[in-house]
Amino acid sequence: MAAKGPRSIVCIKQVPKAQELQVDPVTNTLKRVGVPSEINPPDRNALEMALQVKDRAGGEVLVVTMGPPVFTSSLEEALAMGCDRAFLLTDRILGGSDTVPTAHALSETIHKIGGYDLIFCGEETTDASTGHVGPGIAGHIDCAQITYCSELEYLGDRVRGKRTVEDGYEWWECPTPCVVTVNFLSNRPRPPSLTGKIRVKRGGLITTWSCADVGIDPGKVGIRNSPTIVAKVDTVQLPDRKAKVFRGEPREAVARLIEAMVADGVLPG
Amino acid sequence: MTLPRDKSEYRGVWVFLEARRGRMRDVSRQLLGVARGLAATRGSEVSGVLPGSNVDPMAHEAIEYGADRVYLVEDPRLEPYTSRPFTKVMATLIRKHKPEIVLFGATKNGRDLGGRLHAVIETGLAADCVKLEIDEDGNLDMIRPSFGGKSLAHILCKQHRPQMASARPNVFPIPPRRAGRTGEVVRESVVITDADLDAKVVRFEERRGHKGNPIEDARILVSGGFGLREPKNFRLIEELAKELGGGVAASRKAVDAGWVPKDYQVGQTGRTVRPDLYIAVGISGAVQHLAGMQESRKIVAINQDPKASIFEICDYGVVGDLFQLVPELIRQLRERKALRAVPVAAR
Repeated sequence: MAAKGPRSIVCIKQVPKAQELQVDPVTNTLKRVGVPSEINPPDRNALEMALQVKDRAGGEVLVVTMGPPVFTSSLEEALAMGCDRAFLLTDRILGGSDTVPTAHALSETIHKIGGYDLIFCGEETTDASTGHVGPGIAGHIDCAQITYCSELEYLGDRVRGKRTVEDGYEWWECPTPCVVTVNFLSNRPRPPSLTGKIRVKRGGLITTWSCADVGIDPGKVGIRNSPTIVAKVDTVQLPDRKAKVFRGEPREAVARLIEAMVADGVLPG
Repeated sequence: MTLPRDKSEYRGVWVFLEARRGRMRDVSRQLLGVARGLAATRGSEVSGVLPGSNVDPMAHEAIEYGADRVYLVEDPRLEPYTSRPFTKVMATLIRKHKPEIVLFGATKNGRDLGGRLHAVIETGLAADCVKLEIDEDGNLDMIRPSFGGKSLAHILCKQHRPQMASARPNVFPIPPRRAGRTGEVVRESVVITDADLDAKVVRFEERRGHKGNPIEDARILVSGGFGLREPKNFRLIEELAKELGGGVAASRKAVDAGWVPKDYQVGQTGRTVRPDLYIAVGISGAVQHLAGMQESRKIVAINQDPKASIFEICDYGVVGDLFQLVPELIRQLRERKALRAVPVAAR
């Protein structure tokens, strides 16, 4: 049954925990197996923004992810935060998808769910850092987009979002449906609630779909249908910093610090 | 769209020329320099694409910075930037002229546009590149930091055309401007309908000064940690930042304590910064903090504890009481500034 108020769909990804990011020295790809993972941090801000819309305007918040079945744990957490239902798109043929097939597959899933007013994504993921999937979804389903959004007002048939740009803030007004990509750290995501956890325990909130269930063309997804490949990965050698450390009486220590910085051209002479 | 039947139909290196409030962005100039090098290797030409309103003068400027040709799309509906009309302009011109390579600045608008466009025309787009080269097969080698800056990934787009990349601002130098350099200005028209104008920018608020600027954009950052003990002591950090013309940042502990807003936070759970100069005051240097600032060009650490790990990755360190050292640093910097204001002959 359709709820009164807007239907929001939040796209989230499960990523390796920041402090666990490690490159496999053999395959040169990101180690994912056996590495603790979490909801992509900016996606939490997207979940929070969607839940705030629901707090004010009613409606419902659905959460979608694409990935292996272990991503269920992120969907459960999102449900415990207050999302109404969750969808897991999982299929071996999706493996190795870059941003083009990912945006395609998520768009098809969103289309299958239907009836949406707002689509939320985090501004980018911490493991790939492209920020291309959100605007890619908007391009695919041919709707408006507001990227780098930190505040959002839902105004019925349209939204007004505050967008962060290099030299200030812009307020964009767009008709719905609209894709909103949410600035990392723009709000304080609510923790999962006890009642939310109990709802998750009772089950029945997560729908699992394969590509065939959604009607995704296998010729459009996966590593073979991704325009880009990672050809190789070089390890970065961070500069070996030879610290010049000064101690002693403050006036003298600071004078020596400035002198050294000027000599190295770090401060103007 | 399907794969291009013949990749050789796609020729030339394009730069999306981003106009911002009457000026061409520096990153667009930087990319014209990059494009010249790539075009030389490919034996092709550099074209700029300039959508906007009253942007004619920028077309000639782009030619002086290295473009052989500028596709100019003048339309009052293209000011200010919004996603759909710009995507339409780029998609239309790409389909018509078939460039081999298209470069964007990795600005907010550049990424907003590139992300939408690459899904519409179904081609590869690498984000935030720091190096762009042609490999031995003639493909664009798009090199970008990955895994939190721990490595550099080489991205290739072998079958799809054009190959698209956004480039991180201020990584590539601005090429010299050659006054009087000639090139072709091609006026293109792309019909922007009312339906294309779905987004309206109803308000703009400029950020003034350094306060409130995103910390990633600062060339100099002074960052305060738990060693400051109390929120009011953050004014020391602000004062030093002001003296240096830099921005203010903070460690996670300082943010968690509620001393400063969360968008000040540097580190794995905050922002990654790489300024020319990073001054860490009262920050011990937890691994998570280091990950967010270790790519800074020069690092200064001021800390009481000589064993603090921040001293292991800094270029300059001062061991001592920050409440004495920071005011002293501000005082000496002011003194130097005053001295510099005096003509050399009178010193």
